[in-house]
Amino acid sequence: MATTLAPVLSAHWDADRSWALETYEANGGYRGLRRALSMQAADVVTMVKDSGLRGRGGAGFPTGMKWGFLPAPDGGPRYLVVNADESEPGTCKDIPLMMASPQHLIEGVIITSYAIGCHHAFIYVRGEVLHVYRRLLRAVEEARAAGYVGSDILGSGYDLEITVHAGAGAYICGEETALLDSLEGLRGQPRLKPPFPAVAGLYARPTVVNNVESIASVPGIVVGGADWFKQMGTERSTGHGLFSLSGHVTNPGQYEAPLGITLRELLEMAGGMRGGRALKFWTPGGSSTPIFTAEHLDVPLDYESVGAAGSMLGTRALQIFDETTSVVRAVTRWTEFYKHESCGKCTPCREGTFWLAQVLQRLERGQGTPADIDLLLDLCDNILGRAFCALGDGATSPITSAVQYFREEFEAGCHTPADALFPPQASALFDYTPRRSAALVGVHA
Amino acid sequence: MSVEAGRTPGQTHRTAYDEATHARLGADAATIIARYPQERSALLPMLHLVQSEDGYVSPRGIAFCASTLGLTTAEVSAVATFYTQYKRHPNGEYTVGVCINTLCAVMGGDAIWEHLSDHLGVGHDETTDDGAITLERVECNAACDYAPVVMVNWEFFDNQTPESAAALTDALRAGEQVAPTRGAASVCSFKQMSRVLAGFDDGRADEGVGAGGPTVAGTVLARDKGWQAPAFPVDGDSSAESAPVGGSHQPKVGAEQSSAERPATTAADSSPAAQQKKQASDEAKES
Repeated sequence: MATTLAPVLSAHWDADRSWALETYEANGGYRGLRRALSMQAADVVTMVKDSGLRGRGGAGFPTGMKWGFLPAPDGGPRYLVVNADESEPGTCKDIPLMMASPQHLIEGVIITSYAIGCHHAFIYVRGEVLHVYRRLLRAVEEARAAGYVGSDILGSGYDLEITVHAGAGAYICGEETALLDSLEGLRGQPRLKPPFPAVAGLYARPTVVNNVESIASVPGIVVGGADWFKQMGTERSTGHGLFSLSGHVTNPGQYEAPLGITLRELLEMAGGMRGGRALKFWTPGGSSTPIFTAEHLDVPLDYESVGAAGSMLGTRALQIFDETTSVVRAVTRWTEFYKHESCGKCTPCREGTFWLAQVLQRLERGQGTPADIDLLLDLCDNILGRAFCALGDGATSPITSAVQYFREEFEAGCHTPADALFPPQASALFDYTPRRSAALVGVHA
Repeated sequence: MSVEAGRTPGQTHRTAYDEATHARLGADAATIIARYPQERSALLPMLHLVQSEDGYVSPRGIAFCASTLGLTTAEVSAVATFYTQYKRHPNGEYTVGVCINTLCAVMGGDAIWEHLSDHLGVGHDETTDDGAITLERVECNAACDYAPVVMVNWEFFDNQTPESAAALTDALRAGEQVAPTRGAASVCSFKQMSRVLAGFDDGRADEGVGAGGPTVAGTVLARDKGWQAPAFPVDGDSSAESAPVGGSHQPKVGAEQSSAERPATTAADSSPAAQQKKQASDEAKES
């Protein structure tokens, strides 16, 4: 039986005033909170552990286990920090979720805070999404007016404050310890681990940092139970997840499905490739996950299968590129992104991403040297595993995987510009006449 | 990286706010600080607040943050220079950002950038002579399913073309109201936006749509096809299996009141096997 969609978080995104508390409650919202408050906090943690929910922000770490790492209460504060700094290239699930249905997140925040004994939770949302920030502020306000936030929530005696905090533009703040530094009013640079946030996180207190979609999945688990959640997905990758299709696909968008669905199935749902062209390459989980090609169409999109096929499930950000696209151009641009976003704390990433960008830029211009491909791979080898955080590792993923699958295109970069081999106007959604050559277009300040 | 970056020769900065402005900003800062257990956390929102007053992170704004939070101006500058949304020189009324990350670039973002840059006669992080528009190359803004994307004061303008983006900037320069695809009913000014980002709600959350077409692509398709996630077990059922419900008011099987709590359907109705059977029969009806 073919896999079908399983809308849980996205089931009512097209409702009138979908973002309003009233709409959310009319569709079953806040049942989870009522149930959770009638349970022992530890039992809520157990329930989420039993559900098998794994972090939806990319790393896939079991959510309940993360909660379980908090040390025993010592009377001091413990914090929940929601990572809503979605900025991994290709990833576009949390922002529409918070735009369309912020109460899903707020209810999840309240339940999770109750479960881990937190009385002040933070939502760190990137600053570049003004209306989403408005919706979150409003959602907290509505929840407070309804008695879901504040003191003595629903007569349970449990108190919670929620602060929605806007970032200011830095990809690195999606890294959980950089996010904590940023929330403390510092430059967003990752911290040395250990200690992990569970032990010394925000203000050096025990802290849980979870992705938006992970937290938004909690109310459903509490209402339906662990076994309900496990009916979806595979044995070790349980539940539903948002799959974000973008690029050269007929109907790009959000498709919420059980983990383990394949790109072939998703593409069929999305009307296939644009204009019936052939699939060339795609990312399974954002630009930091090694690229896949048409030979991976049937890889089940769960943590284990994608890993076994040489990539990572990441954020299920499926960026689809057809045969008109230059892989050298794509990889160069991603590399310029990592160069721009490297926080500068560690040398391999700070220096390495600049080198990588320079080498790739000359390959894109058709001015590479025969030694450049090996130089790229050598640079990647010197960054991967030697960087302070995952940003450096992620920067190498598109390069090494693209060289693996499309080496001849990089070799062509020794004599032919990428835009001569793959005219960019063929990839665009509209007709236009390029004004400049790729040699100039790709240069980022 | 220096405070002077982008300053035009001969330009001088005012070094302090007048008394009334200082008092007003001080009150706002106190509101921000009260949101956090530790006051330094207020620094990022306070820098947004400074931008809402001065249109950029001004030297006097840095001095204000430093004195309010007990930091040195160097410590505040170190933070302000780290984040791309903090502008080091006066920003235009509107920040127009063209996504040039890979996905948008390939789908046409590069063409939009070329066209807009030529059309406006400015490059990255440069402002038009009339002070209306600061043009930026921006990184992925989490709207890839709407590529190519342009942001105006961080509101979404989805599925753009070179022509639509140029028309958008023409309207902005003519002082007309423009409406984002997904966002408030109209785009506010850079200063107004900065005030919201400092955490001061402008009451516009209820404006605009909840979602665009691509956001609900799966939602609509699933409804058309009759695809659903497994139904939640009926109450009582899941609490029995995932149990320990605190409090003694929950009836036990066979005990007083238990019949009142009897689930309307049995566990078998919501078992995986039953779900699968239902799904299979639903599909048979489809075909």
